[in-house]
Amino acid sequence: MSLSVDIGHGFGGFSLEAAFEAPEGVTALFGRSGAGKTTLVNAVAGLLRPECGRIVLGERVLFDSAAGVCLRPHERRIGYVFQEGRLFPHMSVARNLSYPARVSGRKVDPAETARVVEMLGIGPLMERRPGALSGGEKQRVALGRALLSAPEMLLMDEPLAALDAERKGEILPYIERLRDEMRLPILYVSHALDEVARLATTVVLLADGRVVKAGSAEALFADPDLAPRFGLREAGALLTGEVVMHHPDGLTELRVSGGVLYLPGIEAAPGTRLRIRIEAQDVILSRDRPEGLSALNILPAVVEAVKHGEGPGVIVQLRIGADLVLARLTRRSAEALELAPGRACHAIVKSVAVARGDIGRV
Amino acid sequence: MDILGAEEWQALGLSLRVAFWATLWSLPVALFTAYALSRWRFPGRGLLNVAVHLPLVLPPVVTGYLLLLSFGRNGMLGGFLEDTFGLVFAFRWTGAALAAAVMGFPLMVRAIWLSLDAVDRRLEEASGTLGAPPWRVFLTVTLPLALPGVVAGALLAFAKAMGEFGATITFVSNIPGETRTLASAIYTFLQVPGGEGAVAVLVGVSIAVSALALVGAEALSRAVARRIGMAE
Repeated sequence: MSLSVDIGHGFGGFSLEAAFEAPEGVTALFGRSGAGKTTLVNAVAGLLRPECGRIVLGERVLFDSAAGVCLRPHERRIGYVFQEGRLFPHMSVARNLSYPARVSGRKVDPAETARVVEMLGIGPLMERRPGALSGGEKQRVALGRALLSAPEMLLMDEPLAALDAERKGEILPYIERLRDEMRLPILYVSHALDEVARLATTVVLLADGRVVKAGSAEALFADPDLAPRFGLREAGALLTGEVVMHHPDGLTELRVSGGVLYLPGIEAAPGTRLRIRIEAQDVILSRDRPEGLSALNILPAVVEAVKHGEGPGVIVQLRIGADLVLARLTRRSAEALELAPGRACHAIVKSVAVARGDIGRV
Repeated sequence: MDILGAEEWQALGLSLRVAFWATLWSLPVALFTAYALSRWRFPGRGLLNVAVHLPLVLPPVVTGYLLLLSFGRNGMLGGFLEDTFGLVFAFRWTGAALAAAVMGFPLMVRAIWLSLDAVDRRLEEASGTLGAPPWRVFLTVTLPLALPGVVAGALLAFAKAMGEFGATITFVSNIPGETRTLASAIYTFLQVPGGEGAVAVLVGVSIAVSALALVGAEALSRAVARRIGMAE
């Protein structure tokens, strides 16, 4: 099942013209506020009727302006997790969870409910009212409620934006589980790069109501041309690796295609596949393999592309094994090292550079 | 109770009956009207708004006279209702209930309208995405959340109906046992010499009933709010 969107809509001097595909897994709609992300998801949910275009989920046409089709929200079977949860204040958590079944005339399936409750860890909250829940608990219940509406896909509009870093960290693993266990397309709106880096299978980069680029998360994050869009300070490629072992000194050894990385202890069993983001500004380049350096991670690399911007910096795209990594350095250094496509060098990554929030399960 | 004679009991009983039926019948209409005014933009919305509020600002005698014109036996609606349903309003207690309903209607609509406006529309949207068709959204989200206002509006209209006088007496006159409500009875006793004692008793009853309705409205509203978890 996949979602295909191609719509146009204008309001108040803003125009949205966007087309993209969301396959199974998490498709992140990424862009600044005002890029049209929420408008897009609302159009998919049926909360907003676009002026023209077509929205198709699997075989079902949800919206087609030419054919005059526009299913109403309750006919679309799309679960929507809102930024503010939107739990019903006059119902207990249990009633909120059974709500979708009750209003659509289906039988409440106790096994399905139990499975979702277990997956989200909301068992102890069942008798409480939403008013007595923390922000993180509310979002988990909202997630559960959306899942129990027997959806054919999920929409999440910045579901973590209202939460602090700790609560975010509490929920992200649940969303990862969701992505891996329920084979649904998930459209995930965010302007937080760390969430996108951790969750997204596919990324749709939006700016001013247009799709700048869409593709696999790895490809977009490793594209030096897009680095300014992601924010130069935060831009960085995604690497997937497998946990080899935990060393007694607290470091975790991760095998990536181009060698091994030593990272600060990650709680994951050996054999687990993880995805990490290495920010371009944390990568140092050296033409020769450096000796007597404190950095532990030194990987042989080949320059794929050098992208000059307007400022004094350049973004270098490197191939390390089968993966692409970005490095951000000054133009002066790039010239001194005579960096050009095809040039072999060594990439140095400080072990502590990988932030905990950037490590996602694959 | 001996302070109340047969006539006084009759008036009190009639007032309660009139107010009860007036409230019951106008409630669904008021709900629909308030919902339309709160949620829909349609041609004639301004006109509907004015029409709803008219009984609040018109002299009650005028409202009563207009009711007589339209619901009297020779009135357009009155004739039609009598011919088709055998329903007669003129000079019957049903007419008193109709007058009370019309006079209380603006109060009821206003209270419900305000509470509907206060319902978070985003919760209604959420309900739709969870598979609820619009009528289910109304029954499971909108109505429960607006319930304190609905209850308050109904009790306010009930209290208003208990005390209605001008429109009632103009429309259905002041017939003992049929249309002589508390207010009409007080008026009647005031007209006869030596009626002060009965007036005092009826005034007392009137105050007690109105106060009870108001206190009841407050308490009920609060209880409902607590039940739906809005009070925390």
